[in-house]
Amino acid sequence: MSKSNIVSHLKQKKISEVLSTGKRMDGRSFEDFRELTIKRNVLYKSEGSAEVWLGKTHVMVGVKVGTGTPFEDTPNEGVLMTNAEFTPIANAAWEPGPPNENSIELARVVDRGLRSAETLDTAELNIISGKLVNIVFVDLYILNYDGNLIDACSAGAIAALMGAKKPVYEVVGNEGKPTGEKVPLTVKKKPVAISVIKIGDKLILDPTADEEDVMDCRLTVTFDDDGHLCTMQKSGSEGLTLDEIKKCINMAQEKAPEIRAKAIGD
Amino acid sequence: MSKKTTTKKTATRKPARSKKAKTDSWKRADGRAFDELRTIKIESGVLPNADGSAYIEMGRNKILCGVFGPREMHPKHQARPNEAVLRCRYHMAPFSVDPRRSPAPSRRDQEISMVMRSALEPAVFLERYPRASIDVYVEVIEADGGTRCASINAAAVALVDAGIPMKDLVAACAVGKVEDKLIVDLGDYEDKKGQSDMPIAYMPKLGKVTLLQMDGIMSTEEAEKALDLAIEGCKKVYEIQREALKKKYGIDQPQDKPQKELQPEEPKEEPEEEPRKEEGSQ
Repeated sequence: MSKSNIVSHLKQKKISEVLSTGKRMDGRSFEDFRELTIKRNVLYKSEGSAEVWLGKTHVMVGVKVGTGTPFEDTPNEGVLMTNAEFTPIANAAWEPGPPNENSIELARVVDRGLRSAETLDTAELNIISGKLVNIVFVDLYILNYDGNLIDACSAGAIAALMGAKKPVYEVVGNEGKPTGEKVPLTVKKKPVAISVIKIGDKLILDPTADEEDVMDCRLTVTFDDDGHLCTMQKSGSEGLTLDEIKKCINMAQEKAPEIRAKAIGD
Repeated sequence: MSKKTTTKKTATRKPARSKKAKTDSWKRADGRAFDELRTIKIESGVLPNADGSAYIEMGRNKILCGVFGPREMHPKHQARPNEAVLRCRYHMAPFSVDPRRSPAPSRRDQEISMVMRSALEPAVFLERYPRASIDVYVEVIEADGGTRCASINAAAVALVDAGIPMKDLVAACAVGKVEDKLIVDLGDYEDKKGQSDMPIAYMPKLGKVTLLQMDGIMSTEEAEKALDLAIEGCKKVYEIQREALKKKYGIDQPQDKPQKELQPEEPKEEPEEEPRKEEGSQ
């Protein structure tokens, strides 16, 4: 995203100048998150939902539970699918059309976090082995973009899944029929993604759109409840030294419990 | 008689000892040590129509990479006024995996194309070719785990083969956790059973990691160990990449005949770049 236009070089200069004083454009410290607000079960027709505000970043996460055939190599397990939609209302530069690489990356990083941590009990989603399983769709709908979508979406996905219910099926002969009853989905783990971006020699958390626009690169690290890493993803057209990577992991690890607590919303 | 028995004893002891050694060092399914790479074969300049190309065999992975450019950007509005645009396309042949896969680009393909680009970009002097595009096309002919790393290894060699000025080579290698042990360069059979997988690309001279992904579960200590192991692996790959380039261009080789025959080709490549630059800046 950086270097996409000439103006951002000016922006980059200003942002780096302010960073060198130990502060950021909006007065936060390097490790501060903007205000994170998550509302759960805001939608009536979806099985689970969460509305996330992270500063001006606004995301709606919807969970739908449908049915389908299982994958050949896991006939007794349900399926989790994550999809991200960059709506044209979220940013002046976003156009309608097929998903671009950024939305694919967002969906896949959140998806890998949920899968790696084994968030859902996939065996519970089995209806008829090899024939019919529940498919849990997590749709990340971006309503306003102001940076740090991965963190906002991963927290939102956990919040939405925790409040989600799945329809109960009974097997009649060779077919599964919904009984009309709904039970809560089992959420075994609550992975949260924390992104660290690098601008010059500074590492900062929760970047705004402006900061993302001028960043050198980003490292997203996902942690599960036990403090284990479950996903990493580096993006952006600069390299990171080994020391920087270790620093990023530490920064993310320290922040993860705070964000998880907000996502769970005790 | 007594002599015979002693020889028998030593004969039986030997395999016993090697068995013990095996359990001590925990060999993998294919007998490799934990930090041993699969056999890597890289050949550069294999595609006659590409400006630069490379073929890599990493274990049973077979991957072809072609580089086109720097050339005029099409469509024009994607060009950047201050530098070249590096475009990558990772694509798997329908017959490269079992079962057959659709030749249409999947989400995975698009993501790999993207991370490949960010892995290679830091190594290329893009500012040398404003308004131009450099296209890197990767075709996976046969896949056997670790294709994104193998693709990056081939692409780096192909970029050099295209005569594009580079800050460093990019070498890639994966580390994974199988049965709670960290191992380097996972094959398909290990990748699917493994607990986690962490592909890394590294520029050895600049000491920078340009690709870093991970899935599965790892503790922070394991992750740090894995990083170190992967970087060691990348350094080994780097040597093989250099060998492949030396083989074609004969630089640093002991004075012998093939080198003299190959050398005159080199200056030819450079003047070719200049007119292209002009074309781009019209």
